Amino acid sequence: MRIVVAMSGGVDSSVAAAQLVTAGHEVIGLSMQLYDQEPHEPAFGGCCSHEDLHDARRVAALLDIPHYTVNFKEEFDAAVVAPFAREYASGRTPIPCVKCNGDLKFRHLLDRARALGADRVATGHYARVRPDPTTGGALLLRGLDPLKDQSYFLFTLTQTQLSAALFPVGHLRKDDVRDLARQYDMAVSSKPDSQELCFVANGDTAKIVAEREPGVARPGEIRDQLGHNLGGHDGVHRFTVGQRKGLRLSTSVPLYVLDIDAAKNRLTVGPRAALDRDGLTASRVNWISGTAPSEPLAITARVRHRHPDAPARVESLPGERVSVTFQDPQRAIAPGQAVVFYDGETVLGGGWID
Amino acid sequence: MARIYFDHNATTPVAPEVAEVVATTTQTVFGNPSSVHRYGQQAKMVLDKARASVAKLLGAEPTEIVFTSGGSESNNLAIRGAAEAAIATGRRHLVTSSIEHEAVLRTVKALSMQGWTATLVGVDSSGIVSPERLADALRNDTALVSIMHANNEIGTIQPVAKLAALTHECGALFHTDAVQSAGKIPIDARALDVDLLSISAHKFNGPKGIGALWARRGAQLRAQLTGGKQERSRRAGTENVPAIAGLGVAAKLAVENQTVALEYLGTLRDRLEGGILANVSGAERNGEALHRVNNTCNISFDGVEAESLLIALDLEEIAVSTGSACSSGSLEPSHVLQAMGFPSHRTQNAIRFSLGLGNTEEEVDHVLAVIPAIVSRLRAVTRRGLQTTSALRR
Repeated sequence: MRIVVAMSGGVDSSVAAAQLVTAGHEVIGLSMQLYDQEPHEPAFGGCCSHEDLHDARRVAALLDIPHYTVNFKEEFDAAVVAPFAREYASGRTPIPCVKCNGDLKFRHLLDRARALGADRVATGHYARVRPDPTTGGALLLRGLDPLKDQSYFLFTLTQTQLSAALFPVGHLRKDDVRDLARQYDMAVSSKPDSQELCFVANGDTAKIVAEREPGVARPGEIRDQLGHNLGGHDGVHRFTVGQRKGLRLSTSVPLYVLDIDAAKNRLTVGPRAALDRDGLTASRVNWISGTAPSEPLAITARVRHRHPDAPARVESLPGERVSVTFQDPQRAIAPGQAVVFYDGETVLGGGWID
Repeated sequence: MARIYFDHNATTPVAPEVAEVVATTTQTVFGNPSSVHRYGQQAKMVLDKARASVAKLLGAEPTEIVFTSGGSESNNLAIRGAAEAAIATGRRHLVTSSIEHEAVLRTVKALSMQGWTATLVGVDSSGIVSPERLADALRNDTALVSIMHANNEIGTIQPVAKLAALTHECGALFHTDAVQSAGKIPIDARALDVDLLSISAHKFNGPKGIGALWARRGAQLRAQLTGGKQERSRRAGTENVPAIAGLGVAAKLAVENQTVALEYLGTLRDRLEGGILANVSGAERNGEALHRVNNTCNISFDGVEAESLLIALDLEEIAVSTGSACSSGSLEPSHVLQAMGFPSHRTQNAIRFSLGLGNTEEEVDHVLAVIPAIVSRLRAVTRRGLQTTSALRR
């Protein structure tokens, strides 16, 4: 089978490519150039920099597979960076990685793969795809390594996308992946995992948002829950729900951002306990099976990556929306983040928190 | 079928005669050409022979040839060297065209931040710089005009003699980047009436990392590499003797093959271009057809991303290229096609085919046989992609 592997230059996608080559597939490596970066500039966050592209090329040479870098700067800007800035400017906390997976890797890159006669795109994600014995469709499962599971970032994938997706390291633990990389004699075997957002230089999110949405960087008011003015801020894009840092308030009790009202350019703050919520609603919901459940479902939900699963009940609302009620209150639910629903190991779907 | 190489404007295979002279010179001539003893004399003779051969290729005198590390260095030496030498005259204005190679564009841009002013002359959809547009750009303080002989992407040959005559009327020097014409079409530097002319060996079956600048006797040029008095003090550094020997042989071969090559490549290119335009719907030639180097054609494929087509062809063992690659290796829209005024989609769907003497009619026919199906497949995916995009827009 001819398979395109999205090669970031990291250890996971490198081992993914190697596994497919070992299995006898015809593998083509594609790396995505997502933004402009001069060769002498330091890498931003550990993905898609010149160094990473160089690493990807070296791995491809080691595996003796063709490798190309494709220019996705326009697509990335339109699908990921611009919405990222818009979300922050409207007081929400976006997750660009979800958009990058759904719109870049499993849409534009998949289109490129099909144009090259490949029907599958493989990535180094820690997630698994299995045939659904009851429907014949595809199931999306958590990665086997609980510490590395990336299924949260894949909840927007449709059945069509999943049927084209391969996650060759999803059934492995990170340590095993590194071991394999060493066995394949890859120079990237000990390369650190990427952490920051790849397109944000020096982790300075506020800067990139202010460049894109110049209106957002203006002074506004900080209030408490009763409406008393407590101070000022330099722009709502610098804050997320649950944040304490950067408020510059001198109060006896530590205060946290409870709500961001971008229209009024106002933050509402309060004590830690006031961050707890019993439920949420979410929009633009994707159900992996392709069908929204007609009855309320008992599930576990994640309200952000690396957050423990919380038992909850999810109920469909009209217009691709849901309401989620938690068994126990959840802290600091941030609008713009994703809520992802699980049944044990299986991802049922997810949506964007209102 | 074995791999097919249709990217000779990027680089060419080294001719066996060239490879041989590079090898034997490396093995048998190690002297420093600047040394007084016999070892030095032997090396110096190698340089002299190559210099005469390059001079013959360009219709020039051997003493006017400066060996460099290639086209980019020749262009840098010509532009920076002439601009700096003209400082004393008070002329601080430079003119170049918008379809030049980066080695010229970036050099002029760098100088424009160091006290020079620069004017970029545009082109129309023919891809040819008109004398009228140059005349509008010239000023009485113009020091240098740099306009290429043949364009690397579309192959158009510029009316250099006319442009140079205009330039000289206002007392400025004229440089032409002849990297894509040298060895492909006959060049007579004197008849072209230019003052400076750059060439690169690896574009005509010579080794990489070696080239030359022809500087008309009397043309004022400030050295950019300073040090020893090599190359009549115009380029310091011990000469790359084996590579220069290779350049000499490549130049000799180019002169010998020129007449046959012109006809052979012209026939082959026309077969390829005619076949594509006839058999692939929505394929269009970019640039003027008549005034072109014979080995090059540049074709836009409507509804196809050039990047995907290039990769798809490479997977079919056919090597072609597009406008320009950025430092990461991904492809950028062609600045040449942009300068020609084409809309953005047409600057991103263009493929350059550049042929060489090693190519055959069978190869052309094979490419003609596989291209229509590849293009259809790419178009099918692109159309579906567009539908997905609109469906997902919320």
